[in-house]
Amino acid sequence: MIELRNISVTFRQKNREISAVKDVNLQINDGEIFGIVGPSGAGKSTLVRVINLLQIPTKGQVLIDGENITHLQGAKLRAVRLKMGMIFQHFNLISRATAADNIAFALKANHVPKEKIQARVTELLTQVGLADRANAYPGELSGGQKQRVAIARALANRPKILLCDEATSALDPENTEEIVKILQEIRQKEQLTIVFITHQMEVAKKLFDCMGVMIEGKVVEVNDTYDIFTKPQEKVTADLAARTLDVSLPQALAQTDQAELLRLFYVGDKADAPVISTLAKNYQVNAEIIHGKIEYIQGKPLGVLLIKLEGQASERQKARAFLEKEVFRVESVTMEGGEANGLDA
Amino acid sequence: MGSTLNILQTELLPALWQTVQMVIISMIIALIVGMALGLVLFLTENPLFYRNRIVNGIASFIVNLIRSIPFIILLVLLIPLTQLLIGTSIGPIAASVSLSISATAFFARLVEGALSEVDKGVIEASKATGAGFGLILHDVLLVEALPGLVRAITVTIINVIGFSAMAGIVGGGGIGNLAIQYGYYRYETGVMIVTVVILVIIVQGAQAIGDAVARKFTRE
Repeated sequence: MIELRNISVTFRQKNREISAVKDVNLQINDGEIFGIVGPSGAGKSTLVRVINLLQIPTKGQVLIDGENITHLQGAKLRAVRLKMGMIFQHFNLISRATAADNIAFALKANHVPKEKIQARVTELLTQVGLADRANAYPGELSGGQKQRVAIARALANRPKILLCDEATSALDPENTEEIVKILQEIRQKEQLTIVFITHQMEVAKKLFDCMGVMIEGKVVEVNDTYDIFTKPQEKVTADLAARTLDVSLPQALAQTDQAELLRLFYVGDKADAPVISTLAKNYQVNAEIIHGKIEYIQGKPLGVLLIKLEGQASERQKARAFLEKEVFRVESVTMEGGEANGLDA
Repeated sequence: MGSTLNILQTELLPALWQTVQMVIISMIIALIVGMALGLVLFLTENPLFYRNRIVNGIASFIVNLIRSIPFIILLVLLIPLTQLLIGTSIGPIAASVSLSISATAFFARLVEGALSEVDKGVIEASKATGAGFGLILHDVLLVEALPGLVRAITVTIINVIGFSAMAGIVGGGGIGNLAIQYGYYRYETGVMIVTVVILVIIVQGAQAIGDAVARKFTRE
């Protein structure tokens, strides 16, 4: 288990102090894929670097399996780092060493005997699907391939923890998908705890079991990933979730006295109840579906439907009351100054 | 015309040999001491390694001091030291003392620069693996900085060839000195032209070889 207790990181720049991380407390359980999301500049990268002490915290403690590692130095610190792999946004491979040599570097760091290095490197390259590129230099590999080499390097010494700092942010969607898949496979095979920093909600909803939302140096909300998307507590979280679930609104739609726009959220088992047809049958309203989509978060569906409800105000009110019972959440979509809510996000 | 040929026949080869001696001795010293000094400059300045303001300040001050003294003055200033070390202050070996010191300071700064060019992220990533300093130095820093270090060596060699021309002041000889002695003081334009052409060829050759080697080591 990784425990961060009252972590603060303050940088000094000339005559002012910048606090990048403010009093963060986190517990990350073994075998979990824990994500930290937030806008850039929120202090996410600084926070993840605290875990392997690439960044020494100004205040607070880092505990790994109950052992306080905050003040370790020299050989003891290196021993802790051997048990933690890390991958980065820009891969950070040795550009003048082959894929195989980059991986061998981590093994040399662990004083693995020479004759065993070769076999382990081959095994790792096979694991990330690059067995045929052992002698390629990073410059000859694609972004996704470089990140796979970096993953192999990070896993070389069979760590218990893998830290990922914006590991997919420099990749195109296809390569991102590929890396996400590899990480999921690895997690299943080796009991690995993954801490993943990203600003990409796309990655968050596919990969994370649990996640924290960070803004201005603080972790403001921690929850199960599905709950973060479906029941956001803080405004930042709601904004981040809304951006992923965004159903944009045709600009031509204007709200009239006779009609209103509603956004319906469906979760889990309620997702397939025939709500809209019931609505038209039982109330004096017309329900027109404008837009809709289903997102899968950790494999669980979350549906969003945008409907236009037409009818007299009193009937609409009754209809809405019915909807609120039937679906997970109902939101009014307002159009202010000709600009649809959620359109520009 | 006859005298020009005469001078070249008797003086050119010994002068070339003197230049070679001076360049080789100074480069060996510069490569060893300058490399070490450059590493100290880099490591004591970088927060990822052993940042130390005091050590860095001292090393930096020494390097700047040497580099701020015009070479011709350094040559004269170091006569007592040369006398002490070599037993004489005259000749190419003696001239190599001040050349070495000058080249060392020059090379140290270039080494520092080449090492600073190494991607910080790569250093951080190698620290994150749990590697010790020796391994990072050997497998990351020196490997990644190699093209830059090759360029630094090339520039230093050319610099030493140029400075060695001034070694004539202390009787160091060498091909540059030949140009000055005959071309400048004795109006032997022919000798001057030939030696300058040879110098141009040597410098161009050194640069071309250095560039080729650096390119071969670059992986992008």
